[in-house]
Amino acid sequence: LAPWIPVVGLEIHAQISSKSKLFSGSQVQFAAPPNSLVSFFDASLPGTLPVLNRRCVEAAVMTGLALNCSINKKSLFDRKHYFYADLPAGYQITQQRVPIAVNGSLSYSLCIDNKMSQMVTKTVRIKQIQLEQDSGKSLHDDTRSQTLVDLNRAGVGLMEVVMEPDMCCGEEAAAAVRELQLILQTLGSSQAVMAEGQLRVDANVSVHHPGEPYGVRTEVKNINSLRFLAKAIDYEIQRQIEELENGGTILNETRAFDSKLGCTVPMRDKEGKQDYRFMPEPNLPPLILYDAKSLPANMNHQQVINIDWIHERLPDLPSVKREKLVEQYGILPEHSFTLLNEDGLAEFFESVVKQTQMKPKKVIGWILNDLLSYLKEHSLTVKESPVSSFLLADLLNLLEKKEISSTAAKQVLAKLWKGEGKTPLEIVKEQKLELLQDQEELEQICQAVIDGQENE
Amino acid sequence: AVLKDGLRSQVSAALKEGQVTPTELCQRCLALIKSTKFLNAYITVAEETALKQAEESEERYKRGQPLGILDGIPIAVKDNFNTAGIETTCASNMLKGYISPYNATVVQKLLDQGAVLLGKTNLDEFAMGSGSTDGVFGPVRNPWSYSKQYKEKSVPKSHSEDEESNWVITGGSSGGSAAAVSSFTCFAALGSDTGGSTRNPAAHCGVVGLKPTYGLISRHGLIPLVNSMDVPGILTRCVDDAAVLLGSLAGHDPKDSTTIQDDFKPFELPNLTDVSKLSIGIPKEYHAPGLSSEILALWSKAANLFKNAGAKVVEVSLPHTPYSIVCYHVLCTAEVASNMARFDGLEYGHRSDKKDSTESMYAATRREGFNDVVRGRILSGNYFLLKQNYEKYFVKAQKVRRLIANDFVKVFRSGVDILLTPTTLSDAAPYTEFIQEDNRTRSAQNDILTQAANMAGLPAISVPTALSERGLPVGLQFIGRSFQEKQLLTVAKWFEKQVQFPMIQLEEVKRHDNGVFQHQKSASFS
Repeated sequence: LAPWIPVVGLEIHAQISSKSKLFSGSQVQFAAPPNSLVSFFDASLPGTLPVLNRRCVEAAVMTGLALNCSINKKSLFDRKHYFYADLPAGYQITQQRVPIAVNGSLSYSLCIDNKMSQMVTKTVRIKQIQLEQDSGKSLHDDTRSQTLVDLNRAGVGLMEVVMEPDMCCGEEAAAAVRELQLILQTLGSSQAVMAEGQLRVDANVSVHHPGEPYGVRTEVKNINSLRFLAKAIDYEIQRQIEELENGGTILNETRAFDSKLGCTVPMRDKEGKQDYRFMPEPNLPPLILYDAKSLPANMNHQQVINIDWIHERLPDLPSVKREKLVEQYGILPEHSFTLLNEDGLAEFFESVVKQTQMKPKKVIGWILNDLLSYLKEHSLTVKESPVSSFLLADLLNLLEKKEISSTAAKQVLAKLWKGEGKTPLEIVKEQKLELLQDQEELEQICQAVIDGQENE
Repeated sequence: AVLKDGLRSQVSAALKEGQVTPTELCQRCLALIKSTKFLNAYITVAEETALKQAEESEERYKRGQPLGILDGIPIAVKDNFNTAGIETTCASNMLKGYISPYNATVVQKLLDQGAVLLGKTNLDEFAMGSGSTDGVFGPVRNPWSYSKQYKEKSVPKSHSEDEESNWVITGGSSGGSAAAVSSFTCFAALGSDTGGSTRNPAAHCGVVGLKPTYGLISRHGLIPLVNSMDVPGILTRCVDDAAVLLGSLAGHDPKDSTTIQDDFKPFELPNLTDVSKLSIGIPKEYHAPGLSSEILALWSKAANLFKNAGAKVVEVSLPHTPYSIVCYHVLCTAEVASNMARFDGLEYGHRSDKKDSTESMYAATRREGFNDVVRGRILSGNYFLLKQNYEKYFVKAQKVRRLIANDFVKVFRSGVDILLTPTTLSDAAPYTEFIQEDNRTRSAQNDILTQAANMAGLPAISVPTALSERGLPVGLQFIGRSFQEKQLLTVAKWFEKQVQFPMIQLEEVKRHDNGVFQHQKSASFS
């Protein structure tokens, strides 16, 4: 049997972290009472007009720069038409013709064969980033045969990041999305929490034989976590291979991932061939961005966005942070990868290092083996850790000063984990875990034991 | 004859000096609206709120603190502008009963300056039409149908025939506003202009109709027809008044991203006496097929008027003019299809009782809510926007639009200051004749002289010039350079002074207007 090459591309919608929506002043907030964050424009009241939110543009520029894109100094807005209850205007304002950023790349790391020690770096090309409106939410109440529409989310700013089909499997896709998530969170341009719908991923999957053209692709939607992303993609790849090997064909369709069954199913709701009748958005002039060179002298800086200014103020991206951690603390790349992969763990590590004499190379073991496994076991985030960096540093200092053994330290940590409010030293004293250092005292004890033996 | 007075010159002064009070003025206008109800110019008369506004204005005048020249002045607003608390229908079943929660920016500006909002005027449904005959509240009648001037000239075909079947249309789509101003029920009215919808009815009703430069006046709150061409229009009885309204409305609006950022300075119009430095262009393509010989003659006469006064009058060419109708048709219907997509009955407006599914509810709502004209344009527009048609029609039309706009740029660059053209092909048609052809045909015929200015975004004004042989008004149009309204209006004012267009003689008005002031001059032009 000829080998199959799976091809995976991604369309990722990241909700922009901003106080107000993309084209109106209503607030952006998760889980607010239904229809409490809806402006006249969001409700599509006749006569209302879109006004572009500066912060959203800045978020998109930051993201574009972080993904090595070319920022288009002139980009355009378009209307994408379709009828749906959660789309009040009957069209979405998006950027179809000329998006704000194009031609970038994202590097991400994977472990080969699940061994943390063997990491490989891959790259996926970013086709473009476009600004567009989010839709509202519709809830289908089948018992009463009605649909309930909540427009709180309608009009919230989105960045759609399109990743070229450079990935080959679920693992790669998940790793790429994870890295994007970290980048967005570092920039602050999106909180990118998948569970809260701030990061939504659609996968485009196809398979073909080497040397042959790409196969028909399907779009997989309704994926709510990184884990499900990998699962959905791998399932779909398998499904397509089986279908083709059995002499069937792949339909260019949209499929939903059913997380309970672990498979993809055709989506009845979304029609396959929709003509969106794209048209330029006439109420928004072209979006013009400047850089240091093109910025006119007498321009009011409040009115313009300077790409170079934003570039200069970009924070260290995860890849840079990882390198710095390796350099600064002499830890391994795999270590810094894990540190950054857990929200808050890198900060925790650095905080402990500051407060202890123990070498970072040793501290890292405690962080990654002990602390992290406790957190995972109890499904806690670093923020929720009952053991603070202060407490851990305190404990490690005792170990470093050889006042306790490492076995004892593990026991103390277990106790600390219960969060009873005791300090490491208190626990050590309580459980008599001190290491004796005094030579004389040791001799006395040994002598006492020997004496005790002799008496029998 | 207070109701017939110009704003700046007379009424404002009268209010200031207490010769007439805002409440008196308001009451007279309201009474006149009642007695001219047969014109069907108003959809909603906001009697209570208007009187309240008038009272508040009166208080301000008593304290010697009027807000400005518009304080206490009764105005009317076309029913496609949002007015908070007052029904906004667009003359459509889709919005019958719709009470908007916000004021359009232009409405807010007028109210902030103390104007008294008498009511919302009638129009073609969603501003689609050139007759003001296709709204759900019925057609608007041209006040001149009932004028002495028209009645004298009309020959009844039989004894039984009366005014009822002889009345003429106002033109459109801002016919209600034009009729309201023409019949003295208000001092100024807002219209909208997308292809000529302010200038056309202005010409037919013998009033001044100003289309400002695109981007000068905010469209926030104006329910759109074609976003890239719509402008709020100003209808008044004299050019000076149009300048006053323009001054109070123009300027950047952060809520409308298509308004220009530059500061706008309101201006008073100088009394131009010397036109020798002026260059007037006569575009030959505006000698359009169907142009009545009467209007052609008036146009020539006007050109000669300028020439004899020392201006340079030159024939110019705007070669792409003949393409503007089809170009407009494509671009207008495409934007209409898009703009009307929001009317689904879900958030506001008419919602059908059909509940089988969301789709069937949408379809029924839109079928029930929109008239044939609107639905026809939506279907055409969606056709042009289909992927396979987009390049062929929409993009092509955009390119043609650019050529049309460039025609004007070239002509203005060659030294011409203002263009002089007819506004309409003929005087107002009788309603029975007008409805012989469908809306689309009529629009294509009647927009021909006004629409290119919308394509190019240029300012244009129709000035009442003379009465036709049938005793009906004929207007001529001036088109100016972008944002050069001051020059445009200055020339228009000079022309207005030269032609001395006669005042309409309406029985109803005589009965209601027994003020202190003299009649205006009445020597006519033709």
